Amino acid sequence: MSMFDDKKRMRRHTLNTIFTVICYISVAIGVAVLASTMYTLFSKGIMAINLSLFIENLPPLGADGGLKNAILGSLIITVSAVVISAPIGILIATNLTEFPTKGKLGSAVRFVNDILLSAPSIIIGLFVYSIVVRALGHFSALAGIIALALIAIPMIVRTSEDVMKIIPSNLREAAVSLGVPRWKVTVFVIYKTAKAGLITGVILAMARVAGETAPLLFTVLNNQFPNYNILTPMANLPVVMFQYAMSPYENSQQLAWAAAFLITMAILFTNILTRFFFSRSRNK
Amino acid sequence: MFKNLTRTLVICLLALIVLMFLTLIVMSWPAIQKFGFSFIYSTEWNPVTEMFGALPIILGTLITSFIAILIAVPISFCIAIFLTQIIPAKISIVLAQVIELMAAIPSIIYGMWGLFVFAPFLSEYIQPYLINAFANIPVLNFIFGGYSIGIGVFTAGIILSFMIIPLISSVVRDVVNAVPSVMKEAAYSTGATRFEFVFKILLPYCKHGIFGALILGLGRALGETMAVTFIIGNSHQLFEGLFMPGTTISATIANEFAEAMGKIYPAALIELSLILFVITFIVLSISRYFLKRGGNQ
Repeated sequence: MSMFDDKKRMRRHTLNTIFTVICYISVAIGVAVLASTMYTLFSKGIMAINLSLFIENLPPLGADGGLKNAILGSLIITVSAVVISAPIGILIATNLTEFPTKGKLGSAVRFVNDILLSAPSIIIGLFVYSIVVRALGHFSALAGIIALALIAIPMIVRTSEDVMKIIPSNLREAAVSLGVPRWKVTVFVIYKTAKAGLITGVILAMARVAGETAPLLFTVLNNQFPNYNILTPMANLPVVMFQYAMSPYENSQQLAWAAAFLITMAILFTNILTRFFFSRSRNK
Repeated sequence: MFKNLTRTLVICLLALIVLMFLTLIVMSWPAIQKFGFSFIYSTEWNPVTEMFGALPIILGTLITSFIAILIAVPISFCIAIFLTQIIPAKISIVLAQVIELMAAIPSIIYGMWGLFVFAPFLSEYIQPYLINAFANIPVLNFIFGGYSIGIGVFTAGIILSFMIIPLISSVVRDVVNAVPSVMKEAAYSTGATRFEFVFKILLPYCKHGIFGALILGLGRALGETMAVTFIIGNSHQLFEGLFMPGTTISATIANEFAEAMGKIYPAALIELSLILFVITFIVLSISRYFLKRGGNQ
């Protein structure tokens, strides 16, 4: 073996080592960002967590208080949005997998769904503002629910279609050959088989929209007073975070961190739990 | 019956996107009528005189997204390679889920973290050195100009990159996983190193898919709102350097829409959102085309 070959070999292996190290560093950057975010949330959030957070209502900027009405408001808005979007999303996905048409309709729907899935959520907020808020003449929780539902529907369509299209078609054929009508096949065979996946998709969509802030700014707005009428503005955690974190008052910022801590923990907990549940049911 | 019900909802979904476009056009009509094309190239943004030009805002959106892509794409590619080629599958599954948790964190949290933690860190440890390093080089001293105040275009771009890394790396991972293992076996059996396999076999083979992932990340970065709103500084000046405050379309809307009075001001903000919608529509269509093409290979 000549000197030249040795040198070349050295170069190739050095390059390979450098590349491997860069890969390690890249993963380290990702993990470090996540770790720093979590550390900040814990160090600033835990401090602000106390009992009065859950029993007192939102204070005016600069005053002391709790988050009770914002927590309840967020729950009402998020859960209502998902209750509306889940059946709509699953039925649209059903049309795509169970009743495929010969023409281009299916691919057109998938295309539009993909666009809506990635469209900036603030545009959805402005759209709902233009339609609902202007029609009612004022901000309302209902407008926020509609905005979040419009964001959740494409997510649910995507995940539901993914789980329903992998169901073997001989299940459908067997049921149809027994003379079962198509809707019964769908409900009692397809939905039953895909149950775990459908539920996972809906819960993950809920976790995703729970932290959405931009579409709520011009729809629900905020409300300092405890009020659970969906036709009026309602307090909610994301807008509280936005308004209170930007304020110069220390105790308001602390309230924002408490809200951030609560909502992120709820989202991460939901994510980890559903993934665990889903991967188990898939292995069965 | 059941079939028709699902079909009706499908039609509604298609109608929704048309309705969104029409609504945005109608709502922004006063601004479109008053400013015409000058809205896109004029640089004056003055709510008091009701003169609105969006060039600094559109440029700010493009620059922050460009920075985000520049940082996020190589890192995401390396993460995807690490997860698929370097570590054993069992650890990879866990680590991939950890990276995906980054995507689950709401964007406003990144905004708060950026404002209270990351921006002070940059202004103390990174920006002064960059400003000094490029101080005497023409052009670059303009690009890396400004004050080390933490918030600004540069910081917004970096935070955006953190937000799209999980998205791009998971799409690239799927693309890379779809490469037939016989290619890997063939490469390694001829004595290729991992570096050579990745850059001479893998990358050319899935270039369409990776480009699609890049564009998908771009689409996400262009419309990201809350994280940017916290840290960009909301200044309507035309680009003055990476470390100066700027603004983006979505940050401008988030900051100003609630206070927009009169007829022209809200219309101008909605026209901004219309421009953003058109840009993301085009970007996402391109991404879909390449991801599909990558998948068919």
